[in-house]
Amino acid sequence: MTGASNASDRLWMYATMIKSRHFEALIKPAYFEGKSPVFNMAKGPLPGEMHLSDGQEPCAVGVCAHLRPGDTVTATHRPHHVAIAKGVDLDAMAAEIFGKASGLSGGRGGHMHLFDARVNFACSGIIAQGLGPAVGAALASKLRGDDAVAVAFLGEGAANQGAFHEALNLASVWKVPAIFVIEDNAYGISVSKRDCTAVERNADRAAAYAMPGHFVAGNDADAVHTIAGEAIARARRGEGPSLLEIETCRLEGHFMGDAEGYRPEGEVERLKASDPIPAYRARLLADGFEAADLDRTAAEARAAVDAAFAFARAAAYPDPEEAFTHVFA
Amino acid sequence: MSSPDTATAVRPARRLTIARAIAEAIGQEMERDPDVLVMGEDIAKLGGVFGTTTGLLDRFGPERVRDTPISETAFIGAAVGLAASGMRPVVELMFVDFFGVCMDAIYNLAAKQSYFSGGQVTCPMVLMTSVGGGYGDAGQHSQALYATFGHLPGLKVVIPSNAHDAKGLMLAAIRDPNPVIFMYHKALQGMGWLGTVQRSITDAPEGDYVVPLGKAKCVREGEDITVVGLGLSVHQALDAAGQLAEGGISAEVIDLISVAPLDREAVRASVRRTGRLLVVDDDYLSYGVGAEIIASVCEADIPLRAPPQRIAFPDIPVPFTPVMEHFVLPNADKVTAAVRQMMRVSN
Repeated sequence: MTGASNASDRLWMYATMIKSRHFEALIKPAYFEGKSPVFNMAKGPLPGEMHLSDGQEPCAVGVCAHLRPGDTVTATHRPHHVAIAKGVDLDAMAAEIFGKASGLSGGRGGHMHLFDARVNFACSGIIAQGLGPAVGAALASKLRGDDAVAVAFLGEGAANQGAFHEALNLASVWKVPAIFVIEDNAYGISVSKRDCTAVERNADRAAAYAMPGHFVAGNDADAVHTIAGEAIARARRGEGPSLLEIETCRLEGHFMGDAEGYRPEGEVERLKASDPIPAYRARLLADGFEAADLDRTAAEARAAVDAAFAFARAAAYPDPEEAFTHVFA
Repeated sequence: MSSPDTATAVRPARRLTIARAIAEAIGQEMERDPDVLVMGEDIAKLGGVFGTTTGLLDRFGPERVRDTPISETAFIGAAVGLAASGMRPVVELMFVDFFGVCMDAIYNLAAKQSYFSGGQVTCPMVLMTSVGGGYGDAGQHSQALYATFGHLPGLKVVIPSNAHDAKGLMLAAIRDPNPVIFMYHKALQGMGWLGTVQRSITDAPEGDYVVPLGKAKCVREGEDITVVGLGLSVHQALDAAGQLAEGGISAEVIDLISVAPLDREAVRASVRRTGRLLVVDDDYLSYGVGAEIIASVCEADIPLRAPPQRIAFPDIPVPFTPVMEHFVLPNADKVTAAVRQMMRVSN
């Protein structure tokens, strides 16, 4: 695939963005169960931190549209949209987030530590942590002579971590099929990118590691699809790694319960007015897609999420003694 | 020391340093298993600063014997990804002291991959690393840090005291589906420029054998006291046992071999017979290997004839000047003195 969006990919991207957004929509009320009137993070069926991906869906679908189950993805502490786009089992993912025995990891990992070996997906809770493993996965495919690639997603804040720079250098030195995807949502928790990043464009940092760097503006699934397609095809051809910087937005707080006092007045309203999913629907309609087709595929996506949450809620909790298993293989 | 002699009774003895034994084990496993590869700083052309990969580049080429940038965060992180992809990387952290620049990949990724994936994804990697001081390299190149790694769930941590065990442990470590921290003590490594304890240079079978991870060995039998050591301190304990025997004290010496899992039962079984316990450890004293072993014995309600004791590195950074460093490091004389004192206060 060269990266040019075709009709089936565009419909898949639309449906997958709907699926991701609906997943988060069901998380929201569930998260506050037991946490009101007094907020206590430990309470309710979804304890702990919860990082929602609303607004960042174009990054996930534009990249993952080009990926196969054998390709590796490492994602971040804000992983749901990427996991869904990579094809992680939706029932088991929801069950994991609810801490149930039938979750991906039997409740040991939770929302920040989702693993699905079936589709080579992993995520982790510390920024820039997945970059080294992605280089390793890419090296494994190079040594084996297959054409699988590895994609590491990261936030723009992680581009200031040493692990980012070390991983890009190593990937370039070894010319492995890795693609580093920066989802630039403009904030690291409360600190804006302009207050903590020395460069205007993180894509420029690719020059320091002798690899192509691409900036994708507009939080636009089609534009991401095109550029990611080129980078992934390049990697599959054995021509080495690329860095992608995707302009996106975080429609919610850093985590649920975030009062977002650091946002300028009116910012959230402005961002919601340019929500990438309705905008994408409008473009698809303008390009000749039938509203009925979009509605049907969106309804199917929502139904799959509804079923996953029903599965997760009905699922049994693990035996507490299971805490002692899988420490070692 | 261990008793390799019986394993090779049919062959003339072949004496190896620990460095040679490690390199031989890795090479044999690379022959057997195409998924094994080695990565690290100066491990290809140089063969490893401490000789752990001598000759491997010539045999296996630069794809499987990879010099890395001085970039531990990246290449140890990459090892986790290789392991998740079904490869079996052996990576070298040149000095254990360098763990500070890459610990995230070790204890947050490697150590938790099996657990957080619910057993879906394993992490069969070996991280080999040099430990120990005594040669004037000061506090950023001389630490032991056994307990630092032993404290973290999901890691296996081993340290051989001789070449026979080094080879068998390395073969076991590469084949293990878990991350194994394979420590080797610089004072035992057999590098010409570093000096070595001659007892660490032993026979090691040429063929394939494993020394199981997680098992301690009794390397000298005795009746009056159990002295537990690991790596270099095994030899200090053995030297002390020799001195003590001249005075009529019979010391049993346990080579711990494995910090994690810890073979608590081997120590308990010995102390049940001797009634006395001394642990000798060149890692920092507090919250250390000695404390854990003594707790293991106390929790088992074993009748003791004297309070258990420990000799360890005091809770200070490792000083440079030999006058200070050797003042604080464990040695055989300190072991001998401690045992004599314990015998005096015993009931």
